Amino acid sequence: MQWETVIGLEVHVQLATKTKIFSGASTAFGAEPNTQACAIDLAMPGTLPVVNEQAYRYAIMFGLAIDAEIGKRSFFERKNYFYPDLPKGYQTTQLEQPIVGAGQVELNLSEDRTKTVRIHHAHLEEDAGKSLHEDFHGMSGIDLNRAGTPLIEIVSEPDMSNAEEAVAFAKKLHSIVTSLGICDGEMSQGSMRFDVNVSVRPKGQEELGTRTETKNLNSFKFMEEAILLEVERQIDVLENGGEIVQETRLYNGDTKVARSMRSKEEANDYRYFPCPDLLPVELDDDYIDAIRNDMPELPEARCERFKAEYQLSDYDADILSGDMAMAAYFEAATKACGDAKLVANWVMGDLAGKLNTEELSIGQSKVNAEQLAGVISRIKDDTISSKIAKDVFEAIWNGEGDSADAVIEAKGLKQVSDTGALEQMADEVIANSPKQVDNYRNADADKRPKMLGYFVGQIMKASKGQANPKAINEILLKKLDELL
Amino acid sequence: MHQLTIRELARGLRDKSFSSVELTQHYLDRIQKLDPAYNSYITVTADQALAQAKDADARIAQGDDSLLCGVPMAHKDIFCTDGIKTSCGSKMLDNFVPPYNATVVENFNRLGAVSLGKTNMDEFAMGSTNESSFYGAVKNPWDTSRVPGGSSGGSAAAVAALLTPAATATDTGGSIRQPASLCGVTGLKPTYGRVSRWGMIAFASSLDQGGPIARNAEDCAIMMQAMASFDSKDSTSMDHPIEDYSALLDKPLAGLRIGVPKEYFGEGLNPQVAEKIQAAIKQFEAMGATIKDITLPHNSLAVPAYYVIAPAECSANLSRFDGVRYGHRCENPADLMDLYKRSRSEGFGEEVKRRILVGTYALSAGYYDAYYSKAQKVRRLIKQDFMNAFEEVDVIMGPTATSTAYELGSLNKDPVSMYLEDIYTTATNLAGLPGISIPCGFVDGLPVGLQVTANYWREGQLLNLAHQYQQETDHHRQTAPNVA
Repeated sequence: MQWETVIGLEVHVQLATKTKIFSGASTAFGAEPNTQACAIDLAMPGTLPVVNEQAYRYAIMFGLAIDAEIGKRSFFERKNYFYPDLPKGYQTTQLEQPIVGAGQVELNLSEDRTKTVRIHHAHLEEDAGKSLHEDFHGMSGIDLNRAGTPLIEIVSEPDMSNAEEAVAFAKKLHSIVTSLGICDGEMSQGSMRFDVNVSVRPKGQEELGTRTETKNLNSFKFMEEAILLEVERQIDVLENGGEIVQETRLYNGDTKVARSMRSKEEANDYRYFPCPDLLPVELDDDYIDAIRNDMPELPEARCERFKAEYQLSDYDADILSGDMAMAAYFEAATKACGDAKLVANWVMGDLAGKLNTEELSIGQSKVNAEQLAGVISRIKDDTISSKIAKDVFEAIWNGEGDSADAVIEAKGLKQVSDTGALEQMADEVIANSPKQVDNYRNADADKRPKMLGYFVGQIMKASKGQANPKAINEILLKKLDELL
Repeated sequence: MHQLTIRELARGLRDKSFSSVELTQHYLDRIQKLDPAYNSYITVTADQALAQAKDADARIAQGDDSLLCGVPMAHKDIFCTDGIKTSCGSKMLDNFVPPYNATVVENFNRLGAVSLGKTNMDEFAMGSTNESSFYGAVKNPWDTSRVPGGSSGGSAAAVAALLTPAATATDTGGSIRQPASLCGVTGLKPTYGRVSRWGMIAFASSLDQGGPIARNAEDCAIMMQAMASFDSKDSTSMDHPIEDYSALLDKPLAGLRIGVPKEYFGEGLNPQVAEKIQAAIKQFEAMGATIKDITLPHNSLAVPAYYVIAPAECSANLSRFDGVRYGHRCENPADLMDLYKRSRSEGFGEEVKRRILVGTYALSAGYYDAYYSKAQKVRRLIKQDFMNAFEEVDVIMGPTATSTAYELGSLNKDPVSMYLEDIYTTATNLAGLPGISIPCGFVDGLPVGLQVTANYWREGQLLNLAHQYQQETDHHRQTAPNVA
């Protein structure tokens, strides 16, 4: 049987506010456990929440970016459940009247394939703390630093039909929120987390199959793996005559194994009701318009600008403008070295490769934009060849020097362009390669340029790659032609 | 000294008739000697009180003209006090010492008031008899075989027994007015949003409001001036102009339009109490007010609506008491569930558990619309009743309670009959209006209270008419036996 997959996403985005959504405690990542939790975050008796206006602004910015209706009247509700990292015993969130209503996001899947994914709504809520299960000798530790960090939860319609689309959607959201500056986009720190709802149905069937939800995926890669695995599992179950159980699942990216966490029957009754400690928030058009007029550049606009300003191809422009940090890196490097095309090639080539291998975000890159511009500048002024440039880049990456110039100097990688030295090398190669010289001499004129490669290669080898290839070409041509 | 009102005490302190230290010691001695019979205090803070008195004496010597400077008072044990146990009348918080002050406490401290200690109360303010306190029932000073009312029974009894000139209290469904009525003192429940709830341990957030209990309206005005404040730490606090309550006291009542709802004189009201209320209303008429019969058609729905909304909010508000971060924790929990279940089962008393269960039920899937939503609709109707009435009259008068103080133990066997005793008070909280209870006579040696409800922000009007009434009557000057 032919199967069809249906995917919807719930995406938690941590907002980059300085303080928490209902308290004045800092949201900075990585502090000692429980040093960034005040009396409100700890749910001490008698404490009360006051909403952080910046969190509201950020949520509105997201809503405007996806063309959504902004809730003129929104309010918070309490979602009740007990868990040690949820100090109040309820999460303050939005349900009936969220701040962001229905909107949509356009995806560029490849050169000529696009897709629209509808957003059901996005709401503001507080993050919970963290339960730490290691290193406590059979007990659990609780870190409430994250408790009260503002989140928007973006809920999509089930509009995606495979992992590729889901990943493209997730990346697009990442691009939007980082471009808006409302999220730092650091996936490894949990700044964006994905819950994936997956179901399958026989191709052509209208009715949706039973779905499962795989929770808390914190990388595009794990999300893709989890979807592929879950689709395969569901098809397997159905083809063997089984039934899909509606359940919440967890995927372990390290072991590549998913397991059931709880079924629908075990699900909580959250007993939502409006939070009486927080009054409804009513917004007028002026407030929303002021935010609209102050919106930063969005990915689509930036893509168009990159094409116009830097003469990038559609493809290059799309990739480079998509990730805010990457776009900033690209623009900084281009400004410093003046060659957009070369910077584009390097960022999408060697740099992207390195980041991928070491699973780093561009913000964590060990070669910064200025350093890369230095490498490119040395290529452009013929100090080094493109090939040597890769070694220089690698050396900076490995911390062997903090600029291209320093590495070139320390390792003596400067390109040999001195004509005397190059001529001597050419003479030696010609003298040591009588057979190849004979072949060259007897070949047709139109085949000779191709045969020149052998001699160039020999010289590059002898010079450990430091010979200026352009100069070598000219000298060799001249000397070999003299032998004709 | 214990016979003097706040105004008289302020004069005495400046006349050097006595120092604040002498005055404070006098009250501390009285509490030590007399309170075992009433149990009106949970904690007496003698050392801190004397230190505050010493500071106040120094301030007065330097010309501090605050009426409350150096004047002893007491806080209901629902207000958090920095470094002093704040139990909320519960075993759950028997070990809880907050590291912060409630805004109300802060306001009194700033003025130089002296806090004698923390007054007894129904557990988490849930009760109308003060019998649900973990620290034992409070006895009514007029007859120690009877209840003082609740939940602010400790505050009312302490004032009635002359163990403090005045006390703070809170009112969620009548918890200031009803004990004031039963103990023969004056108690004001302000407009919702007038007094900050920061640091006031929440029972039902949308109904809770702090207010004063004192021997007369004049002292309530002084207390109220200290309690009223806009507080940015409480999102439900309102930035509304604060009247000069003392300055308004002497306004004549000529032209005051009093509404008397027929619903307040129906079945269930003790006829002798009804007579006293009618007589009080006649007295107002003699003082220049006009009387009009009005109707509050939805009043009978107030108690049912209240006993859905208040428990619903409390069921979430009390979730934070989970044994994880503070408060009672059971011995040797086997696992997380055991920790939750035993800590809460052991820490909460019967009435609190009953209300958590009722509230949880009312919010559960499938019951929400029938109970919580419907109760909210009733709430709007009740508010509308009052708004309609205030088109025609300035204030509404009736009994505060159905009878005088009941025998200890007579109501706590049957929760529903206890709940029905709140018939005259809960509507005021559901509408968020201000109300006052004023001593208006005695039945068989037990005090009767007249309840007056005014439009929003009219605390000044309530204190004014109460003061004028107290100029013509002496019910409020009577003291309980054995306390003089």
